Amino acid sequence: MSPAAPTAMQQGLQSCETCGLLSRPAPGEEEGRCPRCDEELVFRKTASLQRTWAFLIAAAVCYIPANVLPVLTTTTAAGADSDTILQGVVLLWSPTGWPLSLIVLVASIMIPSAKILALAYLLITAQRGSIKNNEQRIRLYRMVEFIGRWSMVDVFVDTFTAALIQLQPLMSVEPGPGLFFFAAVVVLTMLAVESFDPRLIWDATSSKEVQHA
Amino acid sequence: MPDREPPFPSFPDSRAVPRTRTRLSLVWFIPILAALVGAWVAVARIRSQGPKITIVFRSAEGLEAGKTKINYRGVDIGVLSTIRLSEDRQSVIAIAQMAPKTEDFLVEDTRFWVVRPRISGANVSGLGTLISGAYIGIEIGNSKEEKSDFVALETPPVVNIDVPGRFFVLTTSDLGSLDTGTPIFFRRLQVGQVASYALNKDGQFFTVKIFVKAPYDQYVTVNTRFWQASGVDVSLSASGLSVQTQSLLSILIGGIAFEAPATGAVLPVAEANTVFTLFSDRKEAFRPAARNPQTFELIFNESVRGLVPGAPVEFRGVPIGEVAEVRARIDLKTLEFAVPVTINLDAQRLGVKVVGLKSQAEYAAMRRKLFDSLVARGVRAQLRTGNLLTGSVFVAFDFFPGAPPATVDWSQTPVQLPTIPGQLQVMQAKVTGIINKLDKMPLEQIGDNLRKAIADLDLTLVSARGTLVSAQGTLDNTSTLTGPNSVQVQQLDSTLQEVSRAARSLRVLADYLERHPETLVRGKKGEAK
Repeated sequence: MSPAAPTAMQQGLQSCETCGLLSRPAPGEEEGRCPRCDEELVFRKTASLQRTWAFLIAAAVCYIPANVLPVLTTTTAAGADSDTILQGVVLLWSPTGWPLSLIVLVASIMIPSAKILALAYLLITAQRGSIKNNEQRIRLYRMVEFIGRWSMVDVFVDTFTAALIQLQPLMSVEPGPGLFFFAAVVVLTMLAVESFDPRLIWDATSSKEVQHA
Repeated sequence: MPDREPPFPSFPDSRAVPRTRTRLSLVWFIPILAALVGAWVAVARIRSQGPKITIVFRSAEGLEAGKTKINYRGVDIGVLSTIRLSEDRQSVIAIAQMAPKTEDFLVEDTRFWVVRPRISGANVSGLGTLISGAYIGIEIGNSKEEKSDFVALETPPVVNIDVPGRFFVLTTSDLGSLDTGTPIFFRRLQVGQVASYALNKDGQFFTVKIFVKAPYDQYVTVNTRFWQASGVDVSLSASGLSVQTQSLLSILIGGIAFEAPATGAVLPVAEANTVFTLFSDRKEAFRPAARNPQTFELIFNESVRGLVPGAPVEFRGVPIGEVAEVRARIDLKTLEFAVPVTINLDAQRLGVKVVGLKSQAEYAAMRRKLFDSLVARGVRAQLRTGNLLTGSVFVAFDFFPGAPPATVDWSQTPVQLPTIPGQLQVMQAKVTGIINKLDKMPLEQIGDNLRKAIADLDLTLVSARGTLVSAQGTLDNTSTLTGPNSVQVQQLDSTLQEVSRAARSLRVLADYLERHPETLVRGKKGEAK
């Protein structure tokens, strides 16, 4: 990708995010709809940075209780045990079970935090109009977008376990409050990724290019 | 943009849709909501956390940080959050996170202990912890003073603070099979337990703290006797064999029984923590305490084998005291050896009623008079065999009219009472006398004489044999004279035949004469013709 490629916006064109059709904006101040698929057309996503920031901050706020509160309460004859995500990682860590432990660690702790940090980085650089590492940043964005949904695996497994292991009164598993926060983190980061407009990454480059030109 | 010439004129124009624009996105409600929920959860979390306390354990065996619960009547009211070693590595310090509103429980006399499976005697407890793991038991105190540092008990308290009843203290020199939790029996009903025991500082006595449940604690009166009902108490004494048991349970694990001596009067109930003596058995517990024991000394000039402290002292079969001490004494001046036996006599058991006697001196004077008169009338102490099987011996006082006269010297301490040798000793003395007499007999001389007599007899017998031989010859001669073929016999035979014939003739004559008596005068007629 050449850094100085012209953008549709610079050409006065809007691209449809659904069908990819380029169209000229309707006359007047108002933004129009795609003539082919009736999708709302905007030059850039509405208040993209603001929304992304909002979702990201919400996700970051939820990330704390998600890790502090127990995600799973196991009730056995021996008593009730509440484990947080990190305790689960420690619990699973054994000479034979370490890959599982690693999966939980990566999917449930590292990926959400990495997502939050990556999005924050993207937002700050986009906001400051940075023109460096455009390629890296768009790659990062794609990675975040792709990987984000997999964090939901944890929530999925937890809810499944809770639904399946109901051997009252011998043993039962119940989701803890941390799980709701964890799910919220995953959902909010996905929303943040969704609301972030990756075109903002190179808008600065293009506008600078234009100015220089 | 409109100033630039569009390069693609064929693009269609989009439709213009009017829309309202918001300055600040509503999306900001999301982080605000998240923050609010997070803050609420955090506040709820903090509010749900009760006080933190420190419990010091000897060992953290079975304890697990974050897992081990503090359990009160089956309700979890706390959990151990951290466990670490103390600075000196001698104990384990556990920090427990208590449930909210448990501040009232954490007072000065609240006690903690680890509940583990425990089998002690009749008590099996904490079996549930085999599966669930150990937990920490708590007994909530009554104090008002709050506290946050506790030292856990080594063993669970036997008695719960909220069980009505009273504690009593027993002292004993021998713990026997007692242990914490050993049952207390009242008329064979289990009414309490041993709460704790400790050896006194001087190492001489045990102080046993017992708990008697209400309403049975009211049966512990001021004169109640406690005794060890441990197992089977078999005693062989001068009275014979006796077996005492309390219950099957106590046979297995021991126990303490108590009972008040049967008295008509209703005695006041003992105060809590009253100190009682723990007797070794029921008999000892109910042995009437000598109300006014007098110590006397008896000197026996014989073996006191079988006489032990505690042996009864009887007066004509009525127990009046017991042997206190048996020891040997040697007089260094005279080098005389004696076995003084100290006895405790209860003169009141002789029927001496302390009635109308005010002063002690008056009483003592009366007692002297009594003993003096008894001794003057021949009362003496004597060792008697109580039980032939065991060889146990007791001291008997009895009247011995033929005893050598004696008096009681009241100036001595303890006062000596006169004794008389025991029956066995008298018998022994008699046998010894006979043996001595036998010993004195000149047995050798007698033997010598006997031997000489036998030698004489020998000679006599030799001459007797000669006499017999000549007697034989005489008899032989006699035999030849009287043999069937001897001349004398034949002559005798023919003589006898002659005599027989003569006798017949004589009879014929006699017959004839009887029929013809006249022939004596006239002569025979036929012949006369």
